[in-house]
Amino acid sequence: MKLTINGKETELNVSDDMPILWAIRDVAGMTGTKFGCGMAQCGACTVHLDGQAIRSCVTPVSAAVGKQITTIEAMQDDKVGQAVQAAWQQIDVVQCGYCQSGQIMSATSLLKQNPKPSDADIDAAMSGNICRCGTYQRIRTAIHEAAAKLA
Amino acid sequence: MNDMINLSRRSFIKSTALVAGGLVVAFSIPQAKRFMGVANAAEAMPLPAPNAFLRIGADDSITVMLAHSEMGQGVWTTLPMLIADELDADWSKVKVEHAPAAPAYIHTAYGIQITGGSSTTWSEFDRYRQAGALTRALLMQAAAKQWNVPVTELRTENGAVIHGTQQLRYGQLVETASQLETPTSVTLKKPEQWKFIGKATKRLDSTEKINGTAKFGQDVQFDGLKVAMVARAPVFGTSLKTVDDSAALKIPGVIKVVKVPTGVAVIAEHYWAAKQGREALKLEWDVAGHDKPDSAALLKQYQALAQQPGLQAANAGDVVAASKQAKQAVTAEYVLPYLSHAPMEPLNCAVKISDQGCDIWTGTQMQTTDQASAAKILGLKPEQVNIHTQFLGGGFGRRANPRADFVSEAVQVAKAAGLPVKTVWSREDDIKGGFYRPMFVHRATVALDKQGKPLAWQHTLVGQSIIKGTPFEAFMIKEGIDATSVEGVADSPYVKGTANHQVQLHSVQSDVPVLWWRSVGHSHSGFVMESLIDELAHASKQDPLAYRRQLLKDHPRHLAALNLASDKAGWGKPLPKGVFRGIAVHESFGSYVAQVAEVSVKDGEVKVHRVVVAIDCGLAVNPDGVKAQMESSVAYALGAALSSEISFKDGQVVQSNFHDYQVLRMKDMPKVEVHIVASTEKMGGVGEPGVPPLAPAVANAIFAATGKRIRRLPIGEQLA
Ligand code: FES
Ligand code: FES
Repeated sequence: MKLTINGKETELNVSDDMPILWAIRDVAGMTGTKFGCGMAQCGACTVHLDGQAIRSCVTPVSAAVGKQITTIEAMQDDKVGQAVQAAWQQIDVVQCGYCQSGQIMSATSLLKQNPKPSDADIDAAMSGNICRCGTYQRIRTAIHEAAAKLA
Repeated sequence: MNDMINLSRRSFIKSTALVAGGLVVAFSIPQAKRFMGVANAAEAMPLPAPNAFLRIGADDSITVMLAHSEMGQGVWTTLPMLIADELDADWSKVKVEHAPAAPAYIHTAYGIQITGGSSTTWSEFDRYRQAGALTRALLMQAAAKQWNVPVTELRTENGAVIHGTQQLRYGQLVETASQLETPTSVTLKKPEQWKFIGKATKRLDSTEKINGTAKFGQDVQFDGLKVAMVARAPVFGTSLKTVDDSAALKIPGVIKVVKVPTGVAVIAEHYWAAKQGREALKLEWDVAGHDKPDSAALLKQYQALAQQPGLQAANAGDVVAASKQAKQAVTAEYVLPYLSHAPMEPLNCAVKISDQGCDIWTGTQMQTTDQASAAKILGLKPEQVNIHTQFLGGGFGRRANPRADFVSEAVQVAKAAGLPVKTVWSREDDIKGGFYRPMFVHRATVALDKQGKPLAWQHTLVGQSIIKGTPFEAFMIKEGIDATSVEGVADSPYVKGTANHQVQLHSVQSDVPVLWWRSVGHSHSGFVMESLIDELAHASKQDPLAYRRQLLKDHPRHLAALNLASDKAGWGKPLPKGVFRGIAVHESFGSYVAQVAEVSVKDGEVKVHRVVVAIDCGLAVNPDGVKAQMESSVAYALGAALSSEISFKDGQVVQSNFHDYQVLRMKDMPKVEVHIVASTEKMGGVGEPGVPPLAPAVANAIFAATGKRIRRLPIGEQLA
């Protein structure tokens, strides 16, 4: 199976139905993308598929053939991703950090589609990403901050 | 490679540091080898000072060894701050590592290596500062020797020792310092000299947690490491009858299937194969005739017990006689469900057994018991078991198990498989896997005098003990009373301030495994006490804030928190239409937290708009960290109050994942405002004390809004 991860073509020996999450983590060995629920409930596994935020735990690798998979590892090379990461740092969002790869992937995708999201837009885009440490307030602030920086 | 040389060059001196305050602490170097692959270990030149808590490298790096686990609460930053202040460190050079499991890192108060009880900062406040001060003294001596000047002419600043116009960086002094005798005493700085302590400081683990490079237990991978999933009993306490693994073994990627004491483990090349393999197992469990918990039946049983005399946890005066003098009495029954911790990172543990011993990579809050349990299973000495603590993707108590459940199981799996294996739990395994906050029923009758003051307080609690059957039983259960079951009630200022009171406990026996859950007993007692007080205020027609102030008039720290929160929230001032306030104050883990919640209820839906928090935790070492923990506690507690519940039907856990074990999400997060009481009182914790007051503050606001008293959590559909 040929997958394009962060711009690099990678040949992985996996079955069609393996979720992208496990192909990236356990086969390609890239562990920035996290496993939280395995059923599209928590957002920890969020990656971009052709720029669109998806839950990689329920998306089979077959759906990614010929498309671009982008993970947290590539966000520092992305203009919006960079702004989001900088805002995260400035607001000191993280606690345990386990959900944050997914939060950043969702936030980046939101800002790409909607450069100036309202609180309601943030609620709608981010409520699929659980944070058990409850960093939501800071995530909200950081998204506004990143939006302002990008404007 | 170099690291090994350096380690062997370390002197294993044990010395005693006598410092201001008279605390005696022995420092020693752990024998455990460092986690292979730690970046920078090669250049790090360990100070041969008697100091297990920091190493200074020739490159000026200062590596702080954490005796506690970073699970989000921020000790990765707070403990280095303590060292940095005494060391006059260059903050940009500070690096952090989890310490191995070793005697040097035993909790100064609890006697084992543990992260819990919201105790890290206060329990390390002296030890880490001493480590910094001792090292600074050594570096100054080294500089004095190098320059041949008296040490009294030297000062330190930003990672360097200074004499007049010349300076030596700490890294340049390591070699000389390594030849010196360690001072036997040091004087710690005065608060006015602190540069870090008390100042809002950004987290040191932010970058790696933002760019995906932070390593959690789940992320441990090395050549030869396989992945296992364990099929566990569907009903707690039942045993395996038959196994048919033929279909499982046909799944590509499945390597083997082994039996372990907790069930059947499927070992595979990766998670996906392990999961499919596990699904293909055909297992029969011996459930017939076994006790099958059922939530409706449990509730009836608990409610009946709550009306029977239990074991005495507190007793004063004569409750019966005093009740006869009462103007009125309030009787209320409160019900709280089993709760799962559901940390964001599902449990996992990687184990590699070799001829010399065993290496374990996991996120744990309790290294000592994990190490001891692994040693016992493998017939090793504890020091042959190396625990490599990884970042914890949340703990909340679940990763501090006196029974070392997930570590022991992983060791059993690796032992049975004869391979290095990382045992991974799915979310379903986590939600169904037990070690819950126990279900509790409280029943209280409070008799009030004409002014509404409690004359007699009778309070009965029913719930499982989290300590019974663990190694902690001997010292944490006294005369049948598990102190963690009744904390927040038996020691409540309201109860103790009532001349006639009686607190009784029924510790129910069950196969359902239970454990401490963020704020332990206070997670239920805080809700009950602060809701009850609200009931009493309303029964005696008094303002809930004024009523509390009256009862707490001799409790200045409760009052300070209460006053600050109510002040900042504008208690008594008008609110937007449909929005109502509720208040609560509760002490736990040595900190006093008051919260005012602003709530509206529309079509049965509760919306929490804002929560104002005030905390007196004594000195706040990192005020921004304190704020973050209060925000976190509000979110954690609010999710539980609104919708989390573990229930049983026909012996099995009903919930399985985040769709039915619901937790707080972004759309329900209120605005949280945190205020810290300027306090020089004894230091308390901050990881847990923000949890207990949240549910009652919200429930009291719901009462203000609707006249309906919430006596059962979660709130769920009760207002529909
Ligand atoms: S792991 Fe994919 S949404 Fe939770
Ligand atoms: S930071 Fe811990 S789950 Fe979000």
